[in-house]
Amino acid sequence: MLKVNDINVYYGSIHAIKGVSFEVQKGEIVTLIGANGAGKSSILNTISGLLRSKGGCIKFRDKNISSILPHKIVGMGLAQVPEGRRVFLKMSVQENLEMGAYTRRGSEINESIEDVYERFPRLKERRRQVAGTLSGGEQQMLAMGRALMSKPELLMLDEPSMGLAPILVEQIFDIIKELNSAGTTILLVEQNAQMALSIADRGYVLETGKIVTSADARELLNNDAVKKAYLGG
Amino acid sequence: MNMSLIISQLINGLQSGSVYALIALGYSMVYGIIMLLNFAHGDIIMVGAYVAWLAMVNFALNPILAIILAIAACVLLGVVIEKVAYTPLRSSPRISLLITAIGVSFLLQNLAQLVFGAGSQRVPAMISGPSLTIAGQYVSFTAMITIVISVVSMLLLTLLVQKSKMGKAMRAVSEDMGAAQLMGISVNRTISFTFAVGSALAGIGSVLYCCAYPQASPTMGSMLGIKAFIAAVLGGIGSIPGAMIGGFCIGLAEAIISAVGLSVWKDGVVFAILIIVLVFKPTGILGKTMTEKV
Repeated sequence: MLKVNDINVYYGSIHAIKGVSFEVQKGEIVTLIGANGAGKSSILNTISGLLRSKGGCIKFRDKNISSILPHKIVGMGLAQVPEGRRVFLKMSVQENLEMGAYTRRGSEINESIEDVYERFPRLKERRRQVAGTLSGGEQQMLAMGRALMSKPELLMLDEPSMGLAPILVEQIFDIIKELNSAGTTILLVEQNAQMALSIADRGYVLETGKIVTSADARELLNNDAVKKAYLGG
Repeated sequence: MNMSLIISQLINGLQSGSVYALIALGYSMVYGIIMLLNFAHGDIIMVGAYVAWLAMVNFALNPILAIILAIAACVLLGVVIEKVAYTPLRSSPRISLLITAIGVSFLLQNLAQLVFGAGSQRVPAMISGPSLTIAGQYVSFTAMITIVISVVSMLLLTLLVQKSKMGKAMRAVSEDMGAAQLMGISVNRTISFTFAVGSALAGIGSVLYCCAYPQASPTMGSMLGIKAFIAAVLGGIGSIPGAMIGGFCIGLAEAIISAVGLSVWKDGVVFAILIIVLVFKPTGILGKTMTEKV
C-alpha cells in the first residue's frame, strides 16, 4: 500500500533522513521505532508532504505522491495524527472533527462524526467545549478521531503514547488495534517500543536517520540489540 | 458646551470609529493568519477611493456601480499583493515580510502619485439620502448609513468566521498551519481568502470614508491605515472582536478630544493611546498572552 524508496531529507545542511526505504502492506500494523531525534517524525512528515525528499520516491497505492501537495495527499486516503496531537485548541471538539473531514462533502460527514463519538464517548460529552480544555488523553482521542474523519486507508500515528498515563496508553493502543481490525492500515511511530511492537506485525528500527534493522515485530521484541537499546535490557 | 454638541460628537465618533473598525479588521485577520502587519492595507483604501473617483468622474458610472467596482478593485489588489509580494516569503523571517509590506505601501503611494498627481481629487457623493432627526438630534444620512453598514459587515464577518467551512479553515490555519494541511486544508487558498475578505472590508471602509471626507489623494491611506492599525493593537491584534472594539474606541476618543475643543491634538492623542497600550498592555483589550509551547 505504501512504498517508501530511498528518501533523503535535509534541514539546511543537516542530513536528517539518509536513504530510508520501507513498505507497509494493506491491513498491516507497521511500526517505526527509534530514539528521540532518530528521524521518525521527519519520515511521516515527508510522506504527508510537509517535508520534501531529495531524490527517492514515495508510492501510495501505486501512485507517486512525492511531489503532491500535503492537502491533496489527505484526500487520497492517507492521514496523519501528528506528534503532540496538535488539535486546534481554540476550536470546539465538533469543529476539530469537521476540519478532519475538510476534503469530504455531503451529509455523510455527520454520520462519520457520530461514528467517532461512538468510538470515543468522552468526545461526545465534550463536543461543544474548546479542545484546549481537554485532558491529554482526550486530546489524543480527538486527534485520532479527527484523522479518522477523512476516512483514511492508511493512518499514520506519531507518538500517540507521548505524555499519557500508562492506563491511557493501553486504551489508545487498544483503539489502534480495533481500527486495524476494522480495515485501516496503520503506520505507527513510537518511542515506546515495547507497546508498539506488541501490537505491530512488523517493525523497523531507526537510528540517526537510517534504518538499521527490520523484522517481524515478535522477532524484534526478542532481538538482543533492540532489547538493549529500546526495551530496557 | 451643550448636550446636543456632545451627542453630535459621539455620532461623529461612531461614524469614524466604524470606518477604523472595518479597516482594523483587515489588519487583525491578516496578522492572525500569517503574523504579518500588512502596512500596505491602508493604501488599498486609497486605491479604492481612486477607483470610485475614476468610475464616477471619468466614466460617469452610477454610484452603486462605482461602489461595487471600488470594493472589487480592493479585493483584487489585496489578493494580488499577497500572491506577488508575500507568498514567496512564506518561509522567510518575519522581518523580511514586514519590510516588504512597507515597500508595497510606498510602491502604491508613489504609483498613485505618478498616475493621478500629488494633489487630491474630489470624489462625488456616492451615497445620499435624507438626514434624520432622532429625539431632537440631527443625524446625517452618511453617519447613519456608515454605522449601519459597518455593523452589518462585522456581523456577517463574524458569521463567516464562526460558521462557514472557509471561516473554520481560516481559524485552523491561523492556529496551526502544519496541522491544517494535514486536514486537507489548502493553506494558500485560505490565506488568499483571508486577504480577499480583509480587502473587501477595506473597500467598504474606503467608500464610507469617502462619504465623510470626499477626497482621494496618494497618501490618504497612510494616516487612516496607521490609526486603524492602532485600533487593532488597542483591541488586541489578531482578535476580530478586538479590532471592532478598538476601532470604535479610537473613533470615540478622537470625537471626545474634538468636543472639548482640542481637535488639533486628535492625532497626538491617538498615538499616545498606542504608546500607553504598548507600555502597559501590549496584548490589547482582548488579546491573550501568547505562550509558546515546546
